[in-house]
Amino acid sequence: MRLRTSNVTVVAAVAALVAVLPLVLPSPFYFRIAALVFIFALAVLGLNLLMGFAGQVSLGHAGFFGIGAYAVAIGPTHWGVPSWAALPAGAAAAGLLAYLVGRPILRLRGHYLAVATLGMGLLIAMVFTNEARLTGGPDGMPVPRLELFGWRVRGSITWYWVSGVTLVIGVWLATNLIGSPTGRAFRAIHDSETAASMLGIDLARYKLTAFVLSAVYAAVAGAYLALFDGLVTPATAGFLRSIEFVSMAVLGGLGSILGSLVGAAVLVVLPQMLTVFHDYEHIALGLIMIVFMIFLRAGIVPSLAAVVARRVG
Amino acid sequence: MPEFLQFLASGLTVGAIYALVALGFTLIYNASDVINFAQGEFVMLGGMVTVFAALAGVPLPLAAVLAVIVAVAVGLLLHKLAIEPARGASAVTLIIITIGASILLRGVAAVAFDKRFHSLPPFAGSDPWLVGGAAVLPQSLVVLAGTAAIVTALWAFMAHTLTGKALIATASNRLAARLTGINTDRIVGLSFAVSAGIGAVGGILVTPITLTSYDVGTLLALKGFAAAMLGGMGNPLGAVAGGLIVGLLEAFGAGYISSAYKDAIAFLVILAVLFLRPQGLLGSAGVERV
Repeated sequence: MRLRTSNVTVVAAVAALVAVLPLVLPSPFYFRIAALVFIFALAVLGLNLLMGFAGQVSLGHAGFFGIGAYAVAIGPTHWGVPSWAALPAGAAAAGLLAYLVGRPILRLRGHYLAVATLGMGLLIAMVFTNEARLTGGPDGMPVPRLELFGWRVRGSITWYWVSGVTLVIGVWLATNLIGSPTGRAFRAIHDSETAASMLGIDLARYKLTAFVLSAVYAAVAGAYLALFDGLVTPATAGFLRSIEFVSMAVLGGLGSILGSLVGAAVLVVLPQMLTVFHDYEHIALGLIMIVFMIFLRAGIVPSLAAVVARRVG
Repeated sequence: MPEFLQFLASGLTVGAIYALVALGFTLIYNASDVINFAQGEFVMLGGMVTVFAALAGVPLPLAAVLAVIVAVAVGLLLHKLAIEPARGASAVTLIIITIGASILLRGVAAVAFDKRFHSLPPFAGSDPWLVGGAAVLPQSLVVLAGTAAIVTALWAFMAHTLTGKALIATASNRLAARLTGINTDRIVGLSFAVSAGIGAVGGILVTPITLTSYDVGTLLALKGFAAAMLGGMGNPLGAVAGGLIVGLLEAFGAGYISSAYKDAIAFLVILAVLFLRPQGLLGSAGVERV
């Protein structure tokens, strides 16, 4: 019962944040940053299901993110598919690809899985770079605005609400999943694959479930980013983006739903703040990542929660 | 045939650099279980420091030595200031620390040097030699000879010195190594220093052919990591073989199939190999303790 209560708390906390934050955001620029945080948090949340709960690494998740993004770019531009239909189609395509690729790839472990997913991500990014007739090549392509029943979804404040509400739904689905037998199977696999399989948990099936789910989360987030920005380039699906997702997940805290949001917030907001340092931006970013990981090594949210628990207890 | 030789030469040259990066990954991984994603930055430092020291009027050989010293110092600092304080943290936390270090080093290089591409004069003349109809740059042979020398020196160090044997002992069982009186912290520091030095030498050797800039490290780290995994993580010989294979796959893939998809070909082969041998080419099948 306690688990369910805390799940409701997490969803309520994120929903309250999304609802209250506009009161303190002074300009559309800040709404834009917040919307970006929500969009990235959605992708990181999916990755966290895979890495933090099922314990499987992926260095190629930007590939799925890119599939979502290019789906809403290519669908309306070349195939006459409206954006609202291209988005779920892209998510389904990413999920299907994850299903097909995941079967052989997820047999690998640890660093071998890391390099295999890295290769998969690179292959996807390479297709976007090279199939220029469809994707615009290295320069990318414009993305038509999303239109729902004659309502053009555009502007930072609109996207703040769209991405915020989607994030709350994403968090709600994730917490429900974690509390379910599937979620418990994920954690059992994370703790010990041998012990999990002795308990009758079908390792391949549950790893694949986590992989497909995380791919769908990433694809939806990618589609949102493309629709919001109105532009998509192969960098959307690039290796650095994959690394960024992993960094967000680890920095915020693996296995922590709120951690995904915090990790995304830190790595989206920080570079914006650091632009005042101009050329020293990357130095500061690198230093902050190192210092955070040394002192909050379980990730920001779990480490701070442990500190609070110690103080209280 | 000339085509074949041409691709072979360029593949081996690039492959040698991947091999050195992969070797650096392997050394640090063996000593400490850390996957050091800042490995490519050592290669960048080797090239960039040499270029800028040479521009400042330092004779080329001296500039090269200086670059290696700088890289080794950076490697030691990385271990002392970022890895050692996080001792006992999980593998993925340590990986993020090295990614942070890689961003930091790239930032420092962009500020301390600049963001342009730089080259060095070839060490052994710039006129290509014609071998069976293929034009081989003398610098390619310098790269290959340099790589061979490093691998041999490393092997001799491992097999014939007490410190080298301590490194092997630490790699195979850290606790047992500590119990026999080996200072494993110093061994891990040493592995960072040696990896940095190897990377820097690779960077210096290859700069006349491929140029260098503040951000060449990322791609090299990625390829080097893939090469190390292809060979079988933790196996130095596997790392060298993996590096050469990735280089050759790229060169032949670009030459015979598609230059736009050359990286794809390399990674497709890596994926195929991992499906057949999940522990890499030369890796031993893992025995899992429960």
